[in-house]
Amino acid sequence: MFQDKKARITETQSWGSYFLLRISAPQIAREARPGQFLMIRVSSGFNPLLRRPLSIHNCAGPEIEIFFQVTGEGTRLLSQKIAGEKVDILGPCGHGFSLKPEFKGQEIFCVGGGRGLAPLYFVARELQTVGATPVIFYGGQTLSDLALKNRLEATGWEINFSTDDGSYGFRGLITQLVEEQLKKRKPAFLFGCGPEAMMARLAEICQLSSLPAEFSLESIMGCGLGACWGCVRKIKKGGEIKYLRICQDGPVFPAEEILWSGD
Amino acid sequence: MVDLSSDLGFLRLKNPVIAASGTFGYGLEFQPLYDLSQLGGLVVKGLYFKPREGNPPPRLAETPCGLINSIGLQGIGVEAFCQEVLPKLALLETAIIANVCGEEEEEYARVAEYLSRHQGLAALELNISCPNVRAGGKCPAQDPEATYRTVKRVKQVSPLPLITKLSPNVTDITAVALAAEEAGSEAVSLVNTFLALAIDLESRKPKLGNVLGGLSGPAIKPLALRMVFEVARQVKIPVIGLGGIFSYQDALEFMVAGASAVEVGTANFVNPLACPEIIKGLEDWAESHGLNRLSEIVGSLKV
Repeated sequence: MFQDKKARITETQSWGSYFLLRISAPQIAREARPGQFLMIRVSSGFNPLLRRPLSIHNCAGPEIEIFFQVTGEGTRLLSQKIAGEKVDILGPCGHGFSLKPEFKGQEIFCVGGGRGLAPLYFVARELQTVGATPVIFYGGQTLSDLALKNRLEATGWEINFSTDDGSYGFRGLITQLVEEQLKKRKPAFLFGCGPEAMMARLAEICQLSSLPAEFSLESIMGCGLGACWGCVRKIKKGGEIKYLRICQDGPVFPAEEILWSGD
Repeated sequence: MVDLSSDLGFLRLKNPVIAASGTFGYGLEFQPLYDLSQLGGLVVKGLYFKPREGNPPPRLAETPCGLINSIGLQGIGVEAFCQEVLPKLALLETAIIANVCGEEEEEYARVAEYLSRHQGLAALELNISCPNVRAGGKCPAQDPEATYRTVKRVKQVSPLPLITKLSPNVTDITAVALAAEEAGSEAVSLVNTFLALAIDLESRKPKLGNVLGGLSGPAIKPLALRMVFEVARQVKIPVIGLGGIFSYQDALEFMVAGASAVEVGTANFVNPLACPEIIKGLEDWAESHGLNRLSEIVGSLKV
């Protein structure tokens, strides 16, 4: 865990409301694992006051990447940063995805909705290095939500796209596409991140197919360090339901431990 | 070399900067980032006798230059604290202060008594001012008599020095401070958070799961400073100032207003290195102003 007050932005890209920043932060990059996140200070003043939690999208040498959508004032300020600017970053925070040795030679489904693809690119790359085959599912409302389409298509991974309006890929929900594929193939694991309803449905599908899964959850956070207990959510652990911290006990949780809003 | 120490009478701090309860976990959360022995002290998260679930989320709402929280003192309870956390904290060269909570007077006494039987604590901070655990944000620190009774009861069972943490959600904070002093509290710390509300306009629902919460951060600093000034003029016991301290200049203002030491809270979220940076800033400032002892400035406001 490091606080890098002068991490330098080296490159920015944008697609409508989606942004990708590449940031030089060698100490953080060295420790970062897929599914972990950063706490980024978006303003040098006090408005907004809190840091913003952002998934680590990729690590390349001394650099880390974040991929996000502008959803409020914090992400709007972050989206205005330009190459050469310095940002104050804390990380890597939390516990990431479980990458198990037995994944070797197996297919692993990585399912992301919209900006939820953020942590899955990193995990897919790591899966490749352990000899597993990542299979990407990437859904959005419309083509413009598939901001990382070209980047993903250049990787050579199998990518399954869906849009609600059929403007690209399968017409319908990404969960339908996953369900279809599970009739034909037997992945060893599923990693998911995206809107709550998407993850809840995926969890249901995984349970029916006895497919183990992990999801990366989101929350407003105070500290990112496990100190303030502001980001909690009800989690089933050891037969008990209790408020656990998304920042420190997560942000990645096994599917069966998560209580969804409909439960 | 400037003497940064702060002598509270019952406790000598190596410097006046204390990490505030509720913003610093049980202390160990910040250990990966810096050596906690640099701190004047640290106050751990509020402790009830038993583990406590806390309030339903959402528990945080940001406001301009501020943060409203309704955590509701989720915590591990005294037993787990004394067994699993305190032995690690006791190794640090800083004053470890436990924040004592209770549903009613007797629980405050039980918690204080239990903690006093363990090695490693320099003092207790009596949390009678959390706005998130009783209906409507009520707390004992809103009533001088309840404050007196609670302090008196805890003093009966615990030999540890007691710092009573006061609520700003009162008409006259000096009356409550005087009640704490009269009941035997060795110091007062102020202020806890301001009872507040944040609304989501589209849903017309409160942003916090518990409806009301406590406001902290730079937004409350001038209010907290005024209250520290008022209380420091009335009581003879040391005053520990807190409320929106984000920089060494903020800390100095509280000291000039009469605080012998300060607590740094919400700033720990925004800048996890806030405490050590404030300590360094105080040292540099004192040096550049030719002070031998930083404590010379306590209560030096020219009015």
